[in-house]
Amino acid sequence: MRALDLKLLRDLRRLWAQALAIALVLACGVGILVMSYGAESALRETRATYYERNRFADIFSGATRAPEWLRDEIARIPGVARVQTRISQHAILDVPGLSDPAVGRLLSLPESGAPVMNVPTLTAGRMPAGAGVREVLVNENFAAANGFRPGDSFAVTMNGQKRAVTISGTALSPEFIYTLAPGALMPDDRRFGVIWMPRPALAAAYDLEGAFNDVSLGLARGARPEAVKDRLERLLEPYGGTGPMDRDLQTSHAFLDAELTQLRNTSRTVPPIFLVISAFLVNMVLGRLVALEREQIGLFKALGYTATAIGWHYTKLALLIGASGVLLGWAFGLWTGRWLAGMYAQFFHFPYLVFFETPATYAVAGLSGLAAAAAGAVLGVRRAVRLRPAVAMAPPAPTRFRQSALDRAVQALGVRQTSMMILRSITRWPVRAALTVLGIATSGAVLVASLFMFDAMDELLDVSFVQTNRQDAVLDFTRSLPLSALDAVEDMPGVLAAEGALHAAARLRNGPRSRLIGIEGRPPGTALTRLFDAESRESVDPGHGIVLTGRLADHLGVRAGDTVSVELLEQDRPATPVPVTAVITQYFGLGAYMDLDRLNGLLHQAPRIDAANIATDPRRQEALFAAVKAAPAVNGISQLNQVRRAFDETISENAGMTMTVNAVLAALIAVGVVYNSARIQLSERARELASLRILGFTRGEVSYILLGELFLLTAVAIPLGWIIGRGIAEAMVASFSSDLYLIPLVIARDTYAASGLIVLAASVGSALIVRRRVDRLDLVAVMKTRE
Amino acid sequence: MTERVFHTEDLTKVYDTGAVQVYALRGVTMELFAGELTVLLGPSGSGKSTLLNILGGLDSASGGRAWFRDRELTAMRDRDLTRYRRDHVGFVFQFYNLVPSLTARENVALVTEIARDPMPADEALSRVGLGHRLDHFPAEMSGGEQQRVAIARAIAKRPEVLLCDEPTGALDSKTGVQVLEALKTINEDLGTSTVVITHNAGIRKMAHRVVHFTDGRIGTVDVNDTRIAPSEITW
Repeated sequence: MRALDLKLLRDLRRLWAQALAIALVLACGVGILVMSYGAESALRETRATYYERNRFADIFSGATRAPEWLRDEIARIPGVARVQTRISQHAILDVPGLSDPAVGRLLSLPESGAPVMNVPTLTAGRMPAGAGVREVLVNENFAAANGFRPGDSFAVTMNGQKRAVTISGTALSPEFIYTLAPGALMPDDRRFGVIWMPRPALAAAYDLEGAFNDVSLGLARGARPEAVKDRLERLLEPYGGTGPMDRDLQTSHAFLDAELTQLRNTSRTVPPIFLVISAFLVNMVLGRLVALEREQIGLFKALGYTATAIGWHYTKLALLIGASGVLLGWAFGLWTGRWLAGMYAQFFHFPYLVFFETPATYAVAGLSGLAAAAAGAVLGVRRAVRLRPAVAMAPPAPTRFRQSALDRAVQALGVRQTSMMILRSITRWPVRAALTVLGIATSGAVLVASLFMFDAMDELLDVSFVQTNRQDAVLDFTRSLPLSALDAVEDMPGVLAAEGALHAAARLRNGPRSRLIGIEGRPPGTALTRLFDAESRESVDPGHGIVLTGRLADHLGVRAGDTVSVELLEQDRPATPVPVTAVITQYFGLGAYMDLDRLNGLLHQAPRIDAANIATDPRRQEALFAAVKAAPAVNGISQLNQVRRAFDETISENAGMTMTVNAVLAALIAVGVVYNSARIQLSERARELASLRILGFTRGEVSYILLGELFLLTAVAIPLGWIIGRGIAEAMVASFSSDLYLIPLVIARDTYAASGLIVLAASVGSALIVRRRVDRLDLVAVMKTRE
Repeated sequence: MTERVFHTEDLTKVYDTGAVQVYALRGVTMELFAGELTVLLGPSGSGKSTLLNILGGLDSASGGRAWFRDRELTAMRDRDLTRYRRDHVGFVFQFYNLVPSLTARENVALVTEIARDPMPADEALSRVGLGHRLDHFPAEMSGGEQQRVAIARAIAKRPEVLLCDEPTGALDSKTGVQVLEALKTINEDLGTSTVVITHNAGIRKMAHRVVHFTDGRIGTVDVNDTRIAPSEITW
């Protein structure tokens, strides 16, 4: 091995602790990049392939009852490549072994052949035989959650009639990658299933022979979706069309998109933070090494080594540190990637494996890591390259200090000289001090920005479930019923209170801006559900007008006091101007709320409701469930207490892991910065400190000089970290917010405290490791040596 | 007879480097007296620095004993040695060892702040002839000036002993003389017992007592009846 390379290895062995501290920070960046970039590209590609192969539709619309001949008219809309009409219904399912009523989304399969769009992929068994109701296909996750296999049976209440069905096979569909029941907030595969059955059976049960109530369109290349949607809406208008929506509003697609956005934001923002800090640390350590090895560099040059050879020598040192970081990062990325893949397998259902671990991902992450290390080496290497041999062999010029006005002000306060040394070091190298502060602050910021999610979830749960939705369950009716239906609900066993609600699909319009939305009508003064504004923390009464959620109001460009035009879709009523009573902040979805009577009035009908919010007696739950399963007019139930529990479980399941990982990541940054700073301080000041020990300074006093600066910088960095962390949290909230949900920007005092304490502990801990070296200062050598 | 400030009995120091044992001191028994300026003279490796380090509480002995007045240095623990250095000893180094980020006055104040009965920093600097350079940083001063700041720093706490290791070793003749003048003034004005290590034989003539070292042992001890002024010394 060449002499310079031997020196390189020995240097690395000597610097192992500092190199490791840097490699760990770098590894975090590389690992997170592997995980997030890998997951994002894998999900995106897998989804694209799945959509392509199973011909996921571009435009969706519902209707009340449209004649089948309309299909040909729709197919003639310019830009439409494929049309699939079908029947779609919701129904209560009675699953053996499950006392809760489950909800099924019933979808029709064409009488002959496979659907032309949203094709289910068979994962077990076979397609249903015959045209009867006897055999059905169910989604694989529902089957798995309930332990179903082909051949097993359960019951479906179709239009009030309970029918036994047998599972012929299980399937997955691009429409249900993320399988969410209507109105649900989280997937619940035990209580929600997708049931495909032959169309004649569904048509017979729901009196839709020769008709459809759901249509999907595939667009030709270059088609204009807006024009197609316009035409489709007009064609369906007489048949209770619910308004066409594109993929953005399709639940499964929208949730996947939200996840992809989140991953992209993570991969674009988090790894760079770690990589920049690693570069800073490499720069710090290499800079000191070049300063220490000044004479050696002069010697090498005098011996005839080229500047390039010496530059490459130090670059290699940085690259070796970088390579260790990359290897550790790959391992970390592999591990977190598998963990994430496990999470995805739970929530996202694809017919094939989502393959995270592509060589390209590792290559991108590895090259980024090496580039960061090399970038950190630039300044140090440049200094080594430019050093002229004659200059290098002479001792460096002494550092110049100056007295500033600040010095004099501090002196006037009677500060000790040891503190003065700390102050002068900071003012002499302000950039270094600032970067150190920034580095430590980043560690605190990472903590605030990750831990605040728990505060946000607390707020979200409080507002959504304690302040707004206090009901135990919502019963959905097969169609709207007179108000007296509420008496029947109240008579059900275990129902303590019931409040009615009515939903109507509408287009809200403000000038050129419009939005399809379901308006919910509620009687005034309800106790089980409240219109609650998370911002003002007060409940709101729609009065004669309409209450909109903030994001919807933004889409429409309206504020409280403005007027929106309400076009109810189902009954083809003329547009009515309605004043916006209030704009409220809600965390889940878009919403528009009106007084029940007012909504019924707009529909020109006597008071009717299509859902009931109920409070239940937990002791009589079984009886209630049995009654719901038997009730012909109920086609859906959302158990909110179940949702609350699932939410809590999911959060607490991941909380420990997330907290630990984030705390470790943040601590690694603090350790990397503080440990390296302390080592460099010690290296620069060893002689000075040993001299002071000779003059009679105690170890404690000398350590104060060594660590005081770092503790001072840490003290400045902690609040700065809070501010930066809050900024990052704000940016995250803005980027994660979608029409599906909003993340509230709430940061609890405990989160700030945890961030400060972890940073402090990491700083103090790593400083104390270096502090032990003060005990080993060689006092005798200092008597005789020049620096 | 004047009071003893240091005395040693059969003091030995062995550096064990693993392969070989190097004897730095091979049984040194000697006495140094209060108020005297003593020069330890000898070639490098003769053991004079080792003795100074042990007397200064910086190093431990391998055998034998050493006392400062009636306190046994060789029996003290690290904490006590620190205390001893802090309260009783002033050090002057060959390469000054000033703190570069502190001015002349601040370098002296560094020590007066932790001393029990210090003199004002300005006074200490005036005593070495630097009353006009109080606010200069080390990098703005010549080697001789820096060494005089170091002397001012050493004497500002009114130590009983001043230990100087090659104080003129890094200086030319002219500035070296200024440093020697400062040491002589301190010794005479404050009565500080002063021990100076040198391999510069010319300096021995300004001492009260000269201890010759060879090969880890004391050769001869000369007492000068007449001393010459530093200005008469050249090298």
